[in-house]
Amino acid sequence: MATKVKKKKTEKEAGGETLKLVDKQEAGQRIVGISRDIHNDIVKKHRKPSMRFPVRALSNVRYDLKRGHFEIRGKMATRTLTYNTVKTFAQSVRLMATTKKDLLDKNDIAGKREIYYNSKSWGECRFDEQPESDTLLDDMEAMLGINREQLGYIPEERGGDVTGPLTVLDQNPVTGETIKINCAKLGSGAWSIPSRVEHLRFESKAALILVIETASLFQRLVHHVFYEKANCILVSMSGVPTRACRRFIRRLADDQKLPVLVFTDGDPYGYCNIYRTLKVGSGQAAHINRYFCVPQARYLGVTPQDIIDYKLEDATHPLEEADIKRAKDALKNDPFIQHHKEWQNTLNQMLKMGVRIEQQAFAKHGLNFVLDHYLPEKLKKKQFLP
Amino acid sequence: MAKRTPTAETAETMARKQRDISVSEFFLKNRHLLGFDNPRKALLTTVKEAVDNALDACEEAGIIPEISVDIQQIGPNRFSVAITDNGPGIVRAQIPKIFAKLLYGSKFHRLRMSRGQQGIGISAAGMYGQLTTGRATKILSRTAGAKQAHHIEVQIDTRKNTPTILKDVMIEWRPEFQPTGTDGSPGEQVVSAHGTCVEIEMEAAYFRGARSVEEYLKQCAIVNPHLQLHFRAQLLKKEGTAEEPAPTAGEPATPPAAGSPWTTFFRGVNHLPPPPVEIKPHPHGVELGLLMQMMKDTPARTLRAALSQDFSRVSGKVALDICERAGLDPRANPSRIAHRESEALFKAINETKLMRPPTDCLSPIGEEQLLAGLRKEMTADFLTAVTRPPTVYRGNPFQVEVGLAYVRPGDQADLGADEPARVMRFANRVPLLHMAGACSITKAIAGVNWKSYGLAQPRGSLPTGPVVIMVHMASVWVPFTSESKEAIAHYPEIIREITFGLQECGRQLAVFLHKRRRLAEQDRKRSYIALYIPHLALGLKDILDLSDKDEARVVSSLNDLLERTHLETT
Ligand SMILES: Nc1ncnc2c1ncn2[C@@H]1O[C@H](COP(=O)(O)OP(=O)(O)O)[C@@H](O)[C@H]1O
Ligand SMILES: [Mg+2]
Repeated sequence: MATKVKKKKTEKEAGGETLKLVDKQEAGQRIVGISRDIHNDIVKKHRKPSMRFPVRALSNVRYDLKRGHFEIRGKMATRTLTYNTVKTFAQSVRLMATTKKDLLDKNDIAGKREIYYNSKSWGECRFDEQPESDTLLDDMEAMLGINREQLGYIPEERGGDVTGPLTVLDQNPVTGETIKINCAKLGSGAWSIPSRVEHLRFESKAALILVIETASLFQRLVHHVFYEKANCILVSMSGVPTRACRRFIRRLADDQKLPVLVFTDGDPYGYCNIYRTLKVGSGQAAHINRYFCVPQARYLGVTPQDIIDYKLEDATHPLEEADIKRAKDALKNDPFIQHHKEWQNTLNQMLKMGVRIEQQAFAKHGLNFVLDHYLPEKLKKKQFLP
Repeated sequence: MAKRTPTAETAETMARKQRDISVSEFFLKNRHLLGFDNPRKALLTTVKEAVDNALDACEEAGIIPEISVDIQQIGPNRFSVAITDNGPGIVRAQIPKIFAKLLYGSKFHRLRMSRGQQGIGISAAGMYGQLTTGRATKILSRTAGAKQAHHIEVQIDTRKNTPTILKDVMIEWRPEFQPTGTDGSPGEQVVSAHGTCVEIEMEAAYFRGARSVEEYLKQCAIVNPHLQLHFRAQLLKKEGTAEEPAPTAGEPATPPAAGSPWTTFFRGVNHLPPPPVEIKPHPHGVELGLLMQMMKDTPARTLRAALSQDFSRVSGKVALDICERAGLDPRANPSRIAHRESEALFKAINETKLMRPPTDCLSPIGEEQLLAGLRKEMTADFLTAVTRPPTVYRGNPFQVEVGLAYVRPGDQADLGADEPARVMRFANRVPLLHMAGACSITKAIAGVNWKSYGLAQPRGSLPTGPVVIMVHMASVWVPFTSESKEAIAHYPEIIREITFGLQECGRQLAVFLHKRRRLAEQDRKRSYIALYIPHLALGLKDILDLSDKDEARVVSSLNDLLERTHLETT
């Protein structure tokens, strides 16, 4: 069943760039379909029932250049009912039941943590720790081919902050009345990206979107109204971007046809985790990357070459064991890095130099050096990494 | 260095104090060696010595033993102990020496498997009684065919090691026994035409549990299935407490009002074990001192004759070989062999290859009887026993037997799953209750790797678990670590034999435990699966809007599936 679902999905998307999201009714039907197969196995065919879902790992994704993101490959995991799987099997079925009855049918929403607590009424079937229910939610997403936001699950983490020449058109959740948020008129604050962004519409005259890793640098740029000077929309990710943040940037960039530039710390985590995930998605959630990626993103800095060009050698830190391992792993296993020679060169250069650098390091040359010199110069040169 | 004291002794003053020390005096001062170190142990040792003697006497005379042990409290820490047997009785002339002269007995000078060994036992018990109460040992004895019984009371002259007779009369007396059912109902009295009763009054303390008289008697009954044993302990009521004369631990403290105060360990078989055969000592088991003594005592005229007649496995030819090797004249008078020469003889003997001693002199309990004995004592889940073939240590034949019982954890309150295994040690069918730490048996058990047989085992200790391990050593000469005969000395040959026996039983246990664990694991996995089946059905019911009947069908189909395919629980 799961395979059939996947094929249908692929056909649908093969041609067009626009994403059609699955509606609640269809989501419910997929749950019913999978459950009917299980029921038939048990009652009619008298054989061990099983569930099939795509393997969620970097080894089961390929970098689809045309679509610009990590696409899942065919490897499927099968969970057959045995002594070892019986608990997870029962939990998966009960999770699907709750999703259909309490979320889809009632048009309700729930947080991951709420669903974990909800299971406490399931007796011995309950989840002991939240990571257990999180994992099964991911399994269910993969099995249904529908991202959990569409099923009614809302992320708990913050989506990211936005400031700049952009007006967001949102709705009053109760009355449906349109609400306009002018992100250029928020003073020293910022607008928070909500967990669900599908309904948002945009108006903007900006020239680009600048995505920033750390909140403190974002604060500095807001404080000095950098977005006016550079006519850009500033987005703060605070680390690895959440699904909502990725989806927001993607929709905004598609809608307003804006280039996206990314500014992170210069270290393997900033390159391979933060930037890579924003642009092409993750190995873990490959089944839904198509919604949560920003293929038009380009990398601005900080690059190892910047360290040399801006004489920042004495503002670096030596690479730690974990940094080196991360870089080497990416060179060996990450399909995105393996596809781009420039990224391999960048990582190798960093490994050779043996240092990493933070976004704030430009303060060596004065607190506002980063907005007075570095960013304008980089934006002018237009030499970005893919 | 030595400090000068004003009263420095001279050789002359010291000589005035130097005199013979009587054995009695010596043992009086070293009574712990004999098992009389405290009042509690004294009671047990007395019972033990008397019961051992009674059993030995019966078996030697070919009588199926019937023995009673009667303990009566007569003061806060004073007891009267009477042991009666249906044995052959003792002739009058011997009675005083047996009961009031240390180191007097029939078993020391021969090599035959028996319980008593050194001829210290019963007279030491009498002496202890005399020492603590001033009372004499009372003996009643009637030999087969005699018209009457002797009633003799003796005390020991501890300086001269000679008996003092206080009373010596003839009376009408026959040993009487009162068999009693487990419910306290008295059976028909047993009266014997012959037998002996020894009664000793002594300072003692009465306890139950491990190392108690009861435990000793219980174990005695296990390894002597031909013995019928009656036991009674009549205690004084303590003020304020409800101490009752209840003999068996675990059972209600008060016997049925109308019932008999006796407890009977009934006999399991109606025949005696085959009588052990007496053998001559094997030369390799004889120490220099004993060799010299034997040469002095031999009736043989020549050294060659003495060697071949008084020892086993020494033929005329082998005797000649030994003489030649020692550089001694085979025709020499053995009683004239000087000290220097006996050392040469001793060396030559030990350099000469000899056949191993005969082993048919041993009378093991046997695997069947061992199992029967264990079964009588506990309801075990698993029982195994092994009788090893006889072998030899230092020229002495011996044989090891091991029994092992595994009780289902929780089935028997006194056998905890987390407690060390209970060990029962026996030497020549005598339970050994004290000095477990010093005993070869304990050492061998701790030396076996029980983990490989499925039991937990703290490093270098006994295994843990609801297990009873029983080890019996039968030998013409059990090498005890002390005169109180409580622990077997550490001879490598003995420890090795015990180890082999334990390992044999251990392997059987491992097979049993493995199977049991597999079944238990399977059971656990099945009930684990059964726990989640209803949830699976409930989930499907919610999604597919099933009826209650459909839901029940899912459950029963899944149960069928579990029965049929086991779902990888095996
Ligand atoms: N109840 C008895 N019936 C017959 N003979 C006995 C009895 N008790 C002791 N004897 C004889 O007295 C001897 C001495 O006994 P004991 O002092 O206990 O030494 P041991 O038992 O070591 O020989 C025994 O060897 C046995 O011949
Ligand atoms: Mg004796």
